[in-house]
Amino acid sequence: MTFTWFHRLGSPPYVYGLAQRLAPWCAGSALLLLLAGLWGGLVLAPPDYQQGDGFRIIYVHAPSAWLSLMVYTTMALAAAVGLIWRIKVAHAAAAACAPIGASFTAAALVTGALWGRPMWGTYWQWDPRLTSELILFFLYLGYMGLRASIEDTQRADRASAVLAVVGVVNVPVIHYSVTWWNSLHQAPSVMRLAKPTMATSMLVPLLIMLLAFTLFFVAMLLVRLQAEILRRERASTWIREALKR
Amino acid sequence: MSTPAISDLSPPLLAPGTTRARSTAAAWLALRRDLKLAFRKPAQLVQPLAFFALVTLIFPLAISPELSQLRQVAPGALWAGALLASLLALEFLFRDDAQDGTLEQYVLSGQSLTALIFAKTCAHWLLTGVPLALVTPAAALALGATLDSVPGVLAAVVLGTVTLSLLGAIGAALTLNLKRSSALLSLLTLPLALPVLIFGARAVQQAIAGGSYLAPLEFLAALAVLSVTLAPLAAAAAVRISLE
Amino acid sequence: MPTTQLEVENLHLWRAERHVLRAVSFRLAAGQCLKVTGVNGAGKTTLLRAVAGLAYAEEGTVRWCGQDVRRDLRTFHAAMIYLGHEPALKADLTARENLRYWIGTRNRFAESELDAALARTGANSIADRPVRTLSAGQRRRAALAGVILSGAPLWLLDEPATNLDTAGQALVGSLIAEHVGRGGLVMAVVHHELPGLVTATQLELAA
Repeated sequence: MTFTWFHRLGSPPYVYGLAQRLAPWCAGSALLLLLAGLWGGLVLAPPDYQQGDGFRIIYVHAPSAWLSLMVYTTMALAAAVGLIWRIKVAHAAAAACAPIGASFTAAALVTGALWGRPMWGTYWQWDPRLTSELILFFLYLGYMGLRASIEDTQRADRASAVLAVVGVVNVPVIHYSVTWWNSLHQAPSVMRLAKPTMATSMLVPLLIMLLAFTLFFVAMLLVRLQAEILRRERASTWIREALKR
Repeated sequence: MSTPAISDLSPPLLAPGTTRARSTAAAWLALRRDLKLAFRKPAQLVQPLAFFALVTLIFPLAISPELSQLRQVAPGALWAGALLASLLALEFLFRDDAQDGTLEQYVLSGQSLTALIFAKTCAHWLLTGVPLALVTPAAALALGATLDSVPGVLAAVVLGTVTLSLLGAIGAALTLNLKRSSALLSLLTLPLALPVLIFGARAVQQAIAGGSYLAPLEFLAALAVLSVTLAPLAAAAAVRISLE
Repeated sequence: MPTTQLEVENLHLWRAERHVLRAVSFRLAAGQCLKVTGVNGAGKTTLLRAVAGLAYAEEGTVRWCGQDVRRDLRTFHAAMIYLGHEPALKADLTARENLRYWIGTRNRFAESELDAALARTGANSIADRPVRTLSAGQRRRAALAGVILSGAPLWLLDEPATNLDTAGQALVGSLIAEHVGRGGLVMAVVHHELPGLVTATQLELAA
């Protein structure tokens, strides 16, 4: 049973069809949750007693930051599966992940900087989380750069997979060393982003936004995966039949 | 297809009288070979050191000749120089061996490729990391550090370059057969090397300030142990893929 | 007990869109030589690299002594020696030093065996000169000495007679014949007929 399931996930036509069927559902529910979350976050939640309305950027910033890490982990996982079992679809999924993850990282950096303006009075502060996020962005750039510079698709897949696995081992090391570094240099007056408690009316929209962003990522991944499979399998006959349908 | 004329019953692995070398012996041989080759071409060894000296020269010229001011930026200057110099040296790690087919023969040697790649990386560290570590205290003194700081600076750079060489081996193996790979190599290696920079700079800072540099040094040692265990595996896998 | 033989079954390999190897199958037993021929771009070198495990074939199996080589590549690699287009020799080392390191990572040998191998290929007079100063043919002779020294039963040779004069080509032919006569296996990509190599089976790859 489990074997046939595993085997099917390795077959491009099956995955292509599955992605085609699932993508609209993911996109639709992501949109609904996004609207609900935004309404909850921007309208229903009360302004923060310290930051006023400025805090509302958290509803974009926190999910983006969360997704930036989750996408990297997903990418490394897919890459490892592709590397170990030589499953081409897994490599295609890893390839599809990278630009999405890089975009979420960029979004987290930009919203972090915008949030920093009212909070710190400056757009950039060497805050440990923003710094880690910036390093993560470079990890994504390296991954995409390596992939782009190897012409042969299979070799690009396997080489970038090694890089993704090495990267995912290093992400916690980088994160903790950056946190350690920051704890040494931080001036005590700087206000921290972390807040110990959050009112329920603020927290619920955040959780909804988190779920919405995750579903949005899955929808994007499924669409990009279809494109990636189309590009890779352009020579095979099942593609022509699938496109006729 | 014709049938075999001779078909012996027990398949010989090797011709009679031949014994396979052990992987450790093979790795030791690979290490000695790289050292010998390097000493026949000493110019390649001097280049990264000269580069490092130049980078540290930039700081007094760009900031100020005041030693008290230079002492402040010395940790950053030394580590930026060390990081860039070891990055520069990485290009020599696999390039020649990939071009002349030696790496291919390593893959086909019947020995553990991980052990052979580790041996090559060790040789690279001995040839670039250790000389760099020996030069760094002198550069630190030139940037206003006192003699008391020498042990700390030396230990930090010795430990840090172990990790830099091993991480760099992965990057160098991944970019083996690519044209114009040096920018990409930096892009792949530098983000991974940042923890070394953080702990290394802290250790040097403490050493210069006369404080205790044990904690960052322990972190550097932990990073070195982690990369000794894991990086050769990744580098060997990368070499295999790049030669495919 | 399985016999010493190399079985290649239904090998397929794609390079991007190009189907380079299409269902290549052959069997090579102890005491046999296989000549791989074909026009440029037919995939001769690719086949050799795929058999050696340097290139990955998407479909098909390579079996050594009845065992799929992918299960234990190191054992297979210990039993074979591969000589590519360019001999893997370092320009800065002498031919002797080169062999000491190259073959030394594979198996142990005595200095006298090294001398004998160099003498057999006519490379003993140039053995102590840096490879940089050697001609392409002399390098080839030094590399062939390494092949002998390795003691591997299976030789995979990619155009072993390149850059060699008539005497050198005859040498390659007789080396192969000798190895095959001892019960060795040879798979060689060849362009020209090698003198003294009449018993070989031929595998012609279509473009």
